[in-house]
Order: sequence, then C-alpha cells, then structure tokens
Amino acid sequence: MMTLRGLREFCIEKAIFLCGVAAVVFVLLIFTFLMREGFSLFFKIPMTELLAGTHWYPISDPPRFGILPLILGSLVVTVGATVLAVPVGVASALYIAEVAPAGIRDVMKAGIEMLAAIPSVVIGFIGMVTLVPFVKRLFGLPTGLTALSGSIMLGFMAMPTIVSIAEDAIAAVPTEYKQGALALGATRWQMLYRVVLHAASPGILAAVMLGIGRVIGETMAVMMITGNAAVIPESFLAPVRTMTATIAAEMGETVKGSLHYQALFAIGIVLFSITFVVNLVADIFLHKIKR
Amino acid sequence: MPLTTALPDRCDHVMTRLEYSAKDQSSALKPPPDAAGVIETQGLNLYYGTFHALIGVTIKIQPRRITSIIGPSGCGKSTLLRTFNRMNDLIEGIQITGNVIVEGANIYAPGCSIEQLRKRVGMVFQRPNPFPLTVFENVAFGPRVHKMAGRGELMGIVEQSLRAVLLWDSLKDRLHRSALELSLEEKQRLCIARAIAAKPEILLMDEPCSALDPIATARVEELMTGLKSRFTIVIVTHNMQQAARISDDTGFMLLGELIEFGDTDQVFTAPRNEKTEQYITGRFG
Ligand SMILES: Nc1ncnc2c1ncn2[C@@H]1O[C@H](COP(=O)(O)OP(=O)(O)O)[C@@H](O)[C@H]1O
Ligand SMILES: [Mg+2]
Repeated sequence: MMTLRGLREFCIEKAIFLCGVAAVVFVLLIFTFLMREGFSLFFKIPMTELLAGTHWYPISDPPRFGILPLILGSLVVTVGATVLAVPVGVASALYIAEVAPAGIRDVMKAGIEMLAAIPSVVIGFIGMVTLVPFVKRLFGLPTGLTALSGSIMLGFMAMPTIVSIAEDAIAAVPTEYKQGALALGATRWQMLYRVVLHAASPGILAAVMLGIGRVIGETMAVMMITGNAAVIPESFLAPVRTMTATIAAEMGETVKGSLHYQALFAIGIVLFSITFVVNLVADIFLHKIKR
Repeated sequence: MPLTTALPDRCDHVMTRLEYSAKDQSSALKPPPDAAGVIETQGLNLYYGTFHALIGVTIKIQPRRITSIIGPSGCGKSTLLRTFNRMNDLIEGIQITGNVIVEGANIYAPGCSIEQLRKRVGMVFQRPNPFPLTVFENVAFGPRVHKMAGRGELMGIVEQSLRAVLLWDSLKDRLHRSALELSLEEKQRLCIARAIAAKPEILLMDEPCSALDPIATARVEELMTGLKSRFTIVIVTHNMQQAARISDDTGFMLLGELIEFGDTDQVFTAPRNEKTEQYITGRFG
C-alpha cells in the first residue's frame, strides 16, 4: 500500500518528469513548425537563388529572395564583434583568474555580471546616441549606422559570456602546472602564456563559440545600430542588415503562408542551423574539458 | 623573535644577517669554482604565519653527491627543499630569517634573480606534472624560456635530455604526441628530463618516487645514481631504505629541526643522535 508520503514523492517525481519532457517537446514543436513553414520555399525557389542570390526584394514584383546579403551582414557583424571581444575577453579572464588581487577580482566579476544583465535594447539605444554619431564623425561617413557600430556593441554583449566561461577554464588549470613552469625559471607571464593558456584552451574555445552564438542570435541591438541596408556589405563602415533583424522587422508585415512569410522562415532555418553548429562545437570543447 | 619580515616576490624585503656585497651578486651567474653546486644554509628559520616550520637549520650540501633528507611526515623536509629554489615565495604569509647560499650567492639577498636561480636549481615534484603539451614542448620549455638555444639547437637539447633519462629510444617517434599519454613512470622521467634541459647545477626532488610502483621506483633510483656525476641532487624521501640505497649524505629532520647530518653510512649505522637512532630503527615515524 502506498503511504501518503510515498504518494507525495510519486507526484513530485512525475511533475518534474513532465516539466523535463515539456522542454524537449517544445523544442521539437518549434523545430517542426520552423521546418513546416519554411522548408517548402526550398522547393519553390532554387537553393542557389535563395542562398547565393544577392538581392533581397521581398515585396517587389517579381519578388527576389536572395538571402546572401543577410547572411553576409550577420557574418560581418559577428566576425567584427568576435575580433573585438575575444582578445579583450580572454585577456580580462586571464587578469581576473590569475593576476587581480582578491578585491579587484570581486569588483570585476560583479561588473561583468552587470554587463550581462543589461537588456539588449538598452545596449542598442546607448550605442545609437553615443557610438553611432562618434563613428560617423570619426570616419566622416554619411551615416554612423554601420557594421562597425554593430560589431562594437555586440562585442560588449558577447564579453560577459566569454569572460566568465574563459575565467572558469583558466581558474581550473591545476596549480601543479603553474608550479612546474615557475620552478623551471619561467616568469609569471611566461607561465601564463606558455602553460596556463594552453591548458585552458578547450574552455577558452568553448567560451568563444558561446560568445559567437550569442552575437549571431542577437536582434534588437543590431536592428537599432547597423543601418539595416540589405546589400552585400563592402566594408565595416557600410550599413548592413542581419538575418535576425530582417525577420524581426518584416514578420509583422507579411501575409501568413505567402512566399515572403515562407522566406522569413527559411532565414530562420539557416540561422538555426548556424547557431546549432556553433553550440555543438562549443559543447564538444566543453566535453573535452570534463574528460 | 629574531629578525623577521614578510617575504614577497621580491628579494629586497628579507633581512639577512650576513652582508653580501654587490660584487657577490653580480658574480652570481658564474659561481666561484669551489662553490659550483653547493647549497648552504645558515641559521635558517621559516614561519608559515605564526607556525615555526624550520628552526635554525644549518646544512652544507656537497656538490656531485646525492643528499637525502629524511624524517617523519610534516617535519619540514619539503619546506626546506623549497627554500633552495625559493618556491616558498609563492606561499602567502611566509617569513624567513637566516641565509640560504646557493653556489656562493645569498639567494634571499636583494637583487637576486629568481628566474636565474630556478634555472640553476631544477625541481622535480612528488606527483609527475608534465604540461599538457607535447613531449618535445615539455622538454624544450626551459631552453625556450631562458632563450638558451636557436631553432636548430633545440632538438639537440631535447634529445640529450631525453637520453639522459633513458626515454629517447622509446619516445623519439612520439615527440609530438601529448605528454599526458605517457605512463606514470615515463611522466616522472620526462619531468626530470625537463628539469635537466635547462642545464641546472642542482636538482631538487621532493619524494619523486612516491607515486610510482616498486619496479619503476628502482629504475628511477638507478637513473638518479647515474645523474649524480653531473648534478648535485637533493632528494626528500620518507622512505629510509631509499635514502640508504641511493644517497651519499643523509640529513634527518624532526619537527622543523635538522637533528643530524652526515655520511649516509654513518647516519644509518652509527647515528650520533639518539632520536636519529630511534627513527631509523623504526621506533617512531
Ligand atoms: N603552505 C603552508 N601553510 C601553512 N603551513 C604549512 C604549509 N606547508 C606546510 N606547512 C606545515 O609545515 C610543516 C612542514 O611541512 P612540510 O615541509 O610539507 O613537511 P614534510 O615535507 O616533511 O612532510 C607541516 O606541519 C605543515 O603542516
Ligand atoms: Mg613533503
């Protein structure tokens, strides 16, 4: 016979199980929905025209659905943000984990967490009123809404992820390695550079990948400061439009089931595939550490 | 309390009883011929915070010999060893008085270079700690850090060092594989090779065999005996048989004090101190 206590345990167990299952079911539902709405476009428009087409004119007649400019827009902003955020992020992780005195370390860690807590729309408008005019004046451009502005602001958004995960990886390097290096007469910097960074490299790579994942998926801030011109970007100083911004800006105006609507879902599929691969790679690195 | 002062990363905070002139420091790189490979301490005291871990240790370790430091666990063997290459500097709240003279130069005097000291005084740890790099990069670490070799010479140094620890034949085809794939014994040999590659005069070993099985231990002991023609070797061990087997001189420590120091045969067969006798006959420890 089941006691009252046993019954309670049973119910709690099942409830937790259902929550767990729900998470998986939702992911599957979202994935199926994305595929159902977007996949048919791959049959209506040749893959080459979709992925390699250079014109995104969804509402002209006839419409053109080349998403290459959007892919490149995302790519340019992401690469820019990565190039800016990775060195700074890894360096500050190294500083926090290995160099900073305890007091400064706590302040910096708190600061990094605060940075992570700033909503992306706030980062967006701060960039809009400070960075955008600055970029415009600095380079003498017709507009400061450029890939560069987007990269800088997104770099800030990727920093907390990169710093905190890289810091964990660096702090987890066994002291035996550090002692071994110092005992051979290495200076502290040589020890950090030649041994600690090497030992922490899988974790640092995972940090970088997760940072990139954050940047690719970001929407609000890029929409506000990259200028949203759906053309193939010629430089970092030109306006670009990312895949995310396109979906966010245009989804409200489309007719459900129309070609344009399907095209936006197709962009979603491309975006999903990219973030999936990036997260997978990050995961592989993280697993490598655990072993 | 005697003269004590916090010991930071720099040398200049430490009071020393003997004054060493600037001339002595500038000649620190080239020791006087009779001082090569000699370690000497004079009235050495070390405190971890308020805990008095080394009490008035005075010892003179002779070159090209194996000196073992024995004693029960916690008596300060590792602490003493770590003062010889200043690895204790990494520990917070440490205080040192007295002198440690390595190859004629007071290593706690202001102006000494810790990096140069550690290049001359290599160290092998209790648990083998090869870096998570390739075999080659492990051995090449010291020469690279001290800019001892051009690109072409590096391979020669790596080969020599691996030959010295009898690893060359088994590893010469695996130089670019991770050192973490090696067996425990190979790892410890690699760590010895890594220390040798920096061309030190002195090798400090802190219970280098305690992680190894008896067969590997015997082989590493054999290796150490082979190395003593080129290096001054100081080995900490709590294994008395090991000390008796391989060392020329033996020091016995108890509760932070060096109770007895002398020829290994004498210490083990005719100890002068009663406590030494009690320890080696197994009455405590
Ligand atoms: N970092 C440290 N901080 C405080 N006390 C320490 C530290 N390292 C060692 N000790 C103490 O100093 C004494 C000697 O330690 P150690 O030199 O490691 O002994 P042994 O190597 O002979 O076993 C022990 O009582 C130990 O607890
Ligand atoms: Mg010890």
